[in-house]
Amino acid sequence: MRILVVCGNGLGSSFIMELNVKKALVELGKEAVVEHTDLATARTEKADLFIGAKDIIHSLNDGTRKIIALENVMNVGEIKEKLTPYL
Amino acid sequence: MFNMIMKDILGTPAILVGLFALIGLLLQKKGVADIIAGTLKTIMGFVIIGAGANVIISSLDIFGKMFNKAFHLSGVIPNNEAIVAVAQNAFGMETALIMVLGMVVNILLARFTRFKYIFLTGHHTMFMACLIGVILSTGGLKGADLVIIGSVLLGLCMVLFPALLQSYVKQITNSDDFAVGHFGSLGYFAAGTIGKYFGNKENSTENIKVPKQLSFLRDTSVAVSLTMTILFVIVALFAGQSFVESELSGGTNFIVYSLIQAITFAAGVYIVLAGVRILIAEIVPAFKGIADQIVPNAKPALDCPTVFPFAPNAVIIGFIMSFLAGLISMFVLPALGLAVIVPGLVPHFFTGATAGVFGNATGGRRGAILGAFANGLLISFLPALLLPLLGTLGFEKTTFGDSDFGVVGLILGFIMRLF
Repeated sequence: MRILVVCGNGLGSSFIMELNVKKALVELGKEAVVEHTDLATARTEKADLFIGAKDIIHSLNDGTRKIIALENVMNVGEIKEKLTPYL
Repeated sequence: MFNMIMKDILGTPAILVGLFALIGLLLQKKGVADIIAGTLKTIMGFVIIGAGANVIISSLDIFGKMFNKAFHLSGVIPNNEAIVAVAQNAFGMETALIMVLGMVVNILLARFTRFKYIFLTGHHTMFMACLIGVILSTGGLKGADLVIIGSVLLGLCMVLFPALLQSYVKQITNSDDFAVGHFGSLGYFAAGTIGKYFGNKENSTENIKVPKQLSFLRDTSVAVSLTMTILFVIVALFAGQSFVESELSGGTNFIVYSLIQAITFAAGVYIVLAGVRILIAEIVPAFKGIADQIVPNAKPALDCPTVFPFAPNAVIIGFIMSFLAGLISMFVLPALGLAVIVPGLVPHFFTGATAGVFGNATGGRRGAILGAFANGLLISFLPALLLPLLGTLGFEKTTFGDSDFGVVGLILGFIMRLF
């Protein structure tokens, strides 16, 4: 399973989210490849799941991708809750 | 042998950062495969940044010639990625050493003072390390003095700027979980303060209907391509078809040529961003891992878009107002005898939007509008004032974008003149 975490620049926010997603996976006892990138690159990449802040992630939503939109990117509890149905 | 270690290993920035990544990976007790991959990728990230710099310079050089012909003035486009990438040729070693030791100073300050912040925005750590290295070098510092003083200054920046903003961040997020670690702090602080005194936080921006169409500009590649295309075409029209086609493009139609040069600049930024992403991918987790063990109760200081979801409308309003201030400044600056700072969509988007969120939290709609406008003025005037302090780097037609780089640069430049 490959999870791609996305933000506008692909540098800061998505990186922190990636660390939080990895933390959530450890707490859930699951394994997945987690990487982070920018919006432009995300459109060209294959992944089983795309995660990002709710204000931009929907621009990737073209009906072909599984998407998780986060309210608070620092909330590991929220990430765990939204991630669980997909694992 | 000693010479080889000092000159070729520590003197080659790419190898130096690779070495830091290696140490970080060893400290995290990673497996052999991870250690090899991480070290190699870090070195590659550094090389990619250099390659991107060459692409950016070629396009900026042409922009500069056109701009000069068109207006008989020098036009400068602030872009952190561009200036840092260009600076790596001359200041790569200083940047790498100050960056890593600055992180150590950050951890020590968080451990032993009341400023319990760990600054996790790795690319901004790198940019600030570069700025400090450039200003101190230009001011005459060298060797160990430069690295030690630079690292202490960087470590201070990494805790003091987040501390400055924290009271406002609490109002935005209604929690004390994280801080904002992004070197546009002065603009955000100005926005929050202006909102507090001139606005009313009851009239939140989030009660208005704002069209969602502008969110495509969140995509940096799109934003850079679009701005540069508009700028290049306008400047090419002023420079004149005959000049462009005879002097620069070798006969290619001047509009087509401008379009390609604009996209070339954007491609250069894209390459540099990719390099920075790979470079910091190994260093930040190591930093965070070590910090978590030494300062367990610290707050992470994070990149500015982490506050965007708290007020999406303020993001759009903030960007528009900041950019407007940038456009107005473009005409005011030359009248004051300063360089023309061409407003870039990227710095105005990210810092303007953040200023909008801060202004809205303390002063609602009026706070977002006035606060982001103030931010736009700051990121137009500060880069113009900073330019003369960058020495020969100042001739590259680009400079640092965000407000804190300008303030730190100006204060350090002033102090350096006293000695």
